[in-house]
Amino acid sequence: MRTDSGTVPGTAPATMPGPAGRPRMKASTRRRLFRGVLYAVFVLAVLLVGFLADWQAIRTNFLDLDVAREMFPEIVVTAVKNTVIYTVIAFIGGLALGLILALMKLSPVGPYRWVATAYIELFRGLPALLVIFGFAFAVPIAFNWRPPGGSAGAGLIALIIVSAAYIAETIRAGIQAVPPGQVEAARSLGMTPAWTMVSVVLPQAFRIVTPPLTNELVILIKDTSLLFIAGMALGDRELTTFARDAVSQQANATPLVVAALMYLIITLPLTRLVAWLERHNKRGR
Amino acid sequence: MAMHNPAHQAPAASTAGPPAIEVRNLHKSFGEVEVLKGIDFHVDQGEVVCVIGPSGSGKSTLLRCVNRLEEPTSGTVLVEGVDITDPETDLDLVRTRIGMVFQQFNLFPHLSVLRNLTLAQQRAKKRGKAEAVEIARKNLAKVGLAHKEDAFPAQLSGGQQQRVAIARALSMNPDMMLFDEPTSALDPELVGDVLEVMRQLADEGMTMMVVTHEMGFAREVGDRLVFMDGGVVVEQGDPREVLGNPQHERTQAFLSKVL
Ligand SMILES: Nc1ncnc2c1ncn2[C@@H]1O[C@H](COP(=O)(O)OP(=O)(O)O)[C@@H](O)[C@H]1O
Ligand SMILES: [Mg+2]
Repeated sequence: MRTDSGTVPGTAPATMPGPAGRPRMKASTRRRLFRGVLYAVFVLAVLLVGFLADWQAIRTNFLDLDVAREMFPEIVVTAVKNTVIYTVIAFIGGLALGLILALMKLSPVGPYRWVATAYIELFRGLPALLVIFGFAFAVPIAFNWRPPGGSAGAGLIALIIVSAAYIAETIRAGIQAVPPGQVEAARSLGMTPAWTMVSVVLPQAFRIVTPPLTNELVILIKDTSLLFIAGMALGDRELTTFARDAVSQQANATPLVVAALMYLIITLPLTRLVAWLERHNKRGR
Repeated sequence: MAMHNPAHQAPAASTAGPPAIEVRNLHKSFGEVEVLKGIDFHVDQGEVVCVIGPSGSGKSTLLRCVNRLEEPTSGTVLVEGVDITDPETDLDLVRTRIGMVFQQFNLFPHLSVLRNLTLAQQRAKKRGKAEAVEIARKNLAKVGLAHKEDAFPAQLSGGQQQRVAIARALSMNPDMMLFDEPTSALDPELVGDVLEVMRQLADEGMTMMVVTHEMGFAREVGDRLVFMDGGVVVEQGDPREVLGNPQHERTQAFLSKVL
């Protein structure tokens, strides 16, 4: 049978009539047409939103420049600063606790594994808002506990506890992604399990999970907004709390837009970094 | 403690002290599957023993039982007379005396070549940094890669990586070396350099257990050749004898395929 050139027996050329007798389009024509329809739908949707929006109302309620100007510099020196500080504390705390939980979950000792599994399942299964609320109000009453840093401090501890559950799963996956030959090589050289973990496995695991960990960081930045439920002293306010207060003071929603922009200024470079890291990692290996 | 004499020893003269490796009636199962079915095997001090056999015959498993990367199901494994299956034995200490070279090199990819060689010296042998670096440089020079100490493993060819892996094992000053198909993952043109380093080691009197498909190496360098099939040692003896005049029909069948 000839297979090197010409038509292959049994498959009709693309322009031959189909089973229904209708002339079939070429595959490339069909693809171009489909893409054209997608563009048309997109343009229509944009126009529709443009027509339906009440631009006058938007301008006065959301884009009031005087209201926006009034928020500076307070929004930067207090709110953005606090958001960043809370994020860094929660991330470092979550990383430390998450690492311990990941090692417990991979431990040969059963009870460690069970505790870690229960912890991770519990705090990944609960809304972060509820946990923050609980730590700010229920736990202090139940244990007669005065949280360091007041209710903002209690909320932060809750944020650390929740993020540790997610970070633990990420780190565990990273540890398991290190090829077993690495552990075998280290052990065959006489290194103890602990040194093997510290010098060989963890450095490689953290390299593997840098993109998902950066994602965790982005999520954490946004989750600091949940701290508002704890209620905060004026100087402790982060971006969302600050914006909400400004909204009720000014009876205008522009502060929300300004806060949103502030979040994006912080998060967008990080999400781009994640994308870059993922591309870079894929090429690296 | 039995000290290893680095000068070359003829196999016949290697009766002093216990064998470097002695395996008695070793069984190993993975779940239901019995992979090693009663192996008796030894390597004398200063001896080079090559192990050949079809894929899946249990060669790697036997090798890995010697430093207990695999847990034997039953039987005895003595390293320099010390029972390594005894829970009282300091396994990490024994392992510092057994160099191991893997088919896939298993260099630490996040560390420079020099750090690959010094890490375990410092962590497991508790050597100071200066001493570790000096020993590492000596061994890198020995495998012909002194100029690569700052490179990372990914920047090296497979043959260079495997020579670094050999230098890494040698930096622990082991009494013996285990090789698990050290050239099987290499492009053909890179095999020679690695075999040359191994031949040099053998000439210096290193005790070696080498799982390999390189029949030329086994014939010229090996003191003894062991043929394994189906989890048992089928035949062993002088390499020229076994390769030239195999007694067992399974050996004949295997050699007719690979030679
Ligand atoms: N960790 C393991 N789990 C289950 N089976 C294994 C494992 N390691 C090896 N085996 C099996 O044991 C047999 C012998 O393997 P191996 O010792 O690697 O043979 P060889 O090195 O001679 O090719 C093979 O059938 C292999 O599938
Ligand atoms: Mg093998």
